Amino acid sequence: MATLSFLYFGTVIVLTAILVVAFRNPIYSVMALLVMFFHIAGLFVTLHAEFLAAVQLIVYAGAILVLYLFVVMLLNVQQDDSYQRQVKLGLGLGLLALTQVVYIVSTAGIPEEPVMKKASAVTAAGEAAAAAAPGNTETVGHALYTTYLFPFEVASLILLVAMIGAILLAKKGLMGPETK
Amino acid sequence: MVPLSYYMILSAIVFITGVVGVLIRRNIIMILLSIELMLNATNINFVAFSYYLDNIAGQVFVFFALTVAAAEVAVGLAIIIALQRTKATVNVADLNLMKW
Repeated sequence: MATLSFLYFGTVIVLTAILVVAFRNPIYSVMALLVMFFHIAGLFVTLHAEFLAAVQLIVYAGAILVLYLFVVMLLNVQQDDSYQRQVKLGLGLGLLALTQVVYIVSTAGIPEEPVMKKASAVTAAGEAAAAAAPGNTETVGHALYTTYLFPFEVASLILLVAMIGAILLAKKGLMGPETK
Repeated sequence: MVPLSYYMILSAIVFITGVVGVLIRRNIIMILLSIELMLNATNINFVAFSYYLDNIAGQVFVFFALTVAAAEVAVGLAIIIALQRTKATVNVADLNLMKW
């Protein structure tokens, strides 16, 4: 069952990723990316990262892609935007890098199974312990507000800077020589 | 149970698709979309490792990567809009002012 769901999500993710790059119309690409984000969220659920799955849907699919769609429609990009001249070179380099990564991963001796936590989960006592353990959101929140409190505050600062920067860059007449 | 290396290979495929997208597309919006692909590929890796090594730090890192991605998209799209306003193009082949 786990293998089956991984195969489904993986296949759809790879297909839509290729479609994102291959579509000539940016709106189709954004739609393919939307499907990919949904399936990545599904993959996160199978990996017991439910909080991140929800955040993936809300932030990526809900906020970032809508921003992309706004800009694509605002700029009214013409559809005959072709590829660069070096398509073959790019594809060749990508294949080369992919074979390298596959070779490294297959020879690196990566652990096949989750480390030491699934063994106890099969028994009834293990299941009871798993039910009593805090949920995923609770665990992430605890780590975020204790161990990673300072990076968390820095992240909020990054968002503030990005907001001010985006307004400054995109607002007409605030910057640049064309100020009237 | 799916081996961890499958997740790594899936993530590598998505990442390299993003790299190829950056290399072969002319439209600067598509280049930004390809960067999103690469960020998502790293997120898959982080979450898979977080599950297989039983360590929550990977998921916290994905959270921060998401924050940075949101900031990057906001600033990147603002740059594209400014570019469209001043140069009237989103084609990277036309932006050769600093080309040697």
